Amino acid sequence: MPDSSPSTTPVIVLCIYLSLLLGLAMMSKRLFRGTSKDYFVASHSIGPFLLLMSVFGTTMTAFALVGSTGKAFQRGVGTYGLMASSSGLIHAFCFFMIGIKLWAIGKKYGYVTQIQFFRNRFESNGLGYLLFPILVGLVVPYLLIGVIGSYRVMGPLTKGMFPNVFAGHEGSLPPWLIGAVICGVVLTYIFAGGSRAAAWANTFQTLVFMCMGVLAFYLISQKFGGMAEAIKQANPAHLVRTPSELEVTSKAGTFTREVGIPPLMFLSYMFIPLSVGMFPHLFQHWLTAKSAKTFKLTVVAHPICILIVWVPCVLMGLWATGVFAPSPSNVWPAPAIAIMKGLPDASVGAILSLSLRFLIENPIIVGLVTAGILAAIMSSLDSQFLCLGTIFTNDIVLHSAGKDRFSDGQIVAMARGFVVAIVLLTYVLSLLLQGAQNVFDLAVWSFSGFAALTPLVFAALYWRRATKAGAYACVIAVVATWITYFAMSGFGGEFTVMNGVMPVALCFGAGAAAMIIVSLVTQLPSKETVDKFFA
Amino acid sequence: MRSPIVIGIFVFLALAHQDFWLWDDPSLVFGFIPIALFYHASYSIAAAIFWGLVSKFAWPTYLEAWADEGEDGTSAD
Repeated sequence: MPDSSPSTTPVIVLCIYLSLLLGLAMMSKRLFRGTSKDYFVASHSIGPFLLLMSVFGTTMTAFALVGSTGKAFQRGVGTYGLMASSSGLIHAFCFFMIGIKLWAIGKKYGYVTQIQFFRNRFESNGLGYLLFPILVGLVVPYLLIGVIGSYRVMGPLTKGMFPNVFAGHEGSLPPWLIGAVICGVVLTYIFAGGSRAAAWANTFQTLVFMCMGVLAFYLISQKFGGMAEAIKQANPAHLVRTPSELEVTSKAGTFTREVGIPPLMFLSYMFIPLSVGMFPHLFQHWLTAKSAKTFKLTVVAHPICILIVWVPCVLMGLWATGVFAPSPSNVWPAPAIAIMKGLPDASVGAILSLSLRFLIENPIIVGLVTAGILAAIMSSLDSQFLCLGTIFTNDIVLHSAGKDRFSDGQIVAMARGFVVAIVLLTYVLSLLLQGAQNVFDLAVWSFSGFAALTPLVFAALYWRRATKAGAYACVIAVVATWITYFAMSGFGGEFTVMNGVMPVALCFGAGAAAMIIVSLVTQLPSKETVDKFFA
Repeated sequence: MRSPIVIGIFVFLALAHQDFWLWDDPSLVFGFIPIALFYHASYSIAAAIFWGLVSKFAWPTYLEAWADEGEDGTSAD
């Protein structure tokens, strides 16, 4: 009886990719100097290209390849303006206005976490303890999205490949194995080389996911007979931004899918990219820079890198909408049409995987593009694992017990221990929550929380009059408004107020107003502190 | 480059992001790219050029020297 199982070649390609990644990252360990400063911030030695690639790779999560294609399939052409072009302007703004100044302050005073800076700037230990659970709480869902994202990509891809070994999972690799491999690889190089290994690994992974995105784009367009033919068969409602209702008939029945983007959502979404100003893992990457000038390439090239990744992905998402409007140039096979039409909104992230599976029959190419998707996921995971280990070590243990009580080697060992614990916790949580429908919607809530806290860092850096009480008021106002809207959304679903306004705009406004009003009526920071940060 | 000019261009770019005049336009540029996508792809290039000019003419060079000073204002080297 002939073996009808799909080829396992994509899995072999992925194993080769992961081995290469591990090999490169372990080579970078040879450059590790063994000090805590090197483990946390690579001794401020990272050059322009590595900084660009590591910052870009960290900023672009699984959402860059998988989510952007799915969002364009769901919402249409406005996806790029909504999420990508605004990020090109605002991310670079944050790098320029916040990143460079924090790098200078961090280098001068030896900070390796945001909380260390905020504690000194606002003369308050308590502010650190208030910020700690908030920052960690906002990073954790971000981590889970990455690991669960790997399950959602690898599960369908490997379906039927291992019918004897994993019969209980329809022959696909089970989540426990996928998670163990992904988390294990990332943990290995972070454990060994800290932020230096993360920078090298991120550079490799960023190059891989950028190249593989373009490769998938080229091959899928060829399948349609070129880009002009591909766009011709796209659904017309997806080529404009005006919202409309699309009626879809599938095996599951007839339902409507909202297409387009409400104008107020498009406007207020501009606040979301501000989140990079408060990402703790990005703060740590900024501090790895060799000099302020190192930032120049990152500031200038970041919008172009976004363009290279997002334009092809959005176009692929638009082409996939052809399943709603069959035309002579439509090349989608019937099974693909049936699956895509029936996808609930929470699962549209599977569009890229489905396009690969049905349109690209070469298993090596499928393996390579899937490696690109995993690269995008892992290039964010490593920085987040490392930053949480750094925060626990520095802001809780060393801050409470006193840095002088530990040798430098003990501090590195402690950070490694925390990283292992965080990876294990993330792995277990991801297995428990893998079936959650709206897990990807948590990303925008995580970003919203960080973005709404931007007034805190901006005032800390540019407003001498910003006070300790103002900082507390800002954080409390943001948390209160964020929790209110999060609860109103049903704890994680897509949610807007006032005909399309994103909650982040109101949370940001509340935080900024609280900071300004309370600072103006409370005691000024000491002259010593003002002189320290505003010399 | 003076700060008001930088701020002015930044505000202009932020406003230009709201391309309401293309909201209903389904036309294709070069026969394959929807005009709304083409506009925002061009916008990304404009943002890169803007930040390139800022990097060339408004870079905070003083920060580097300040960061390299010791906490007492002397050179850390």
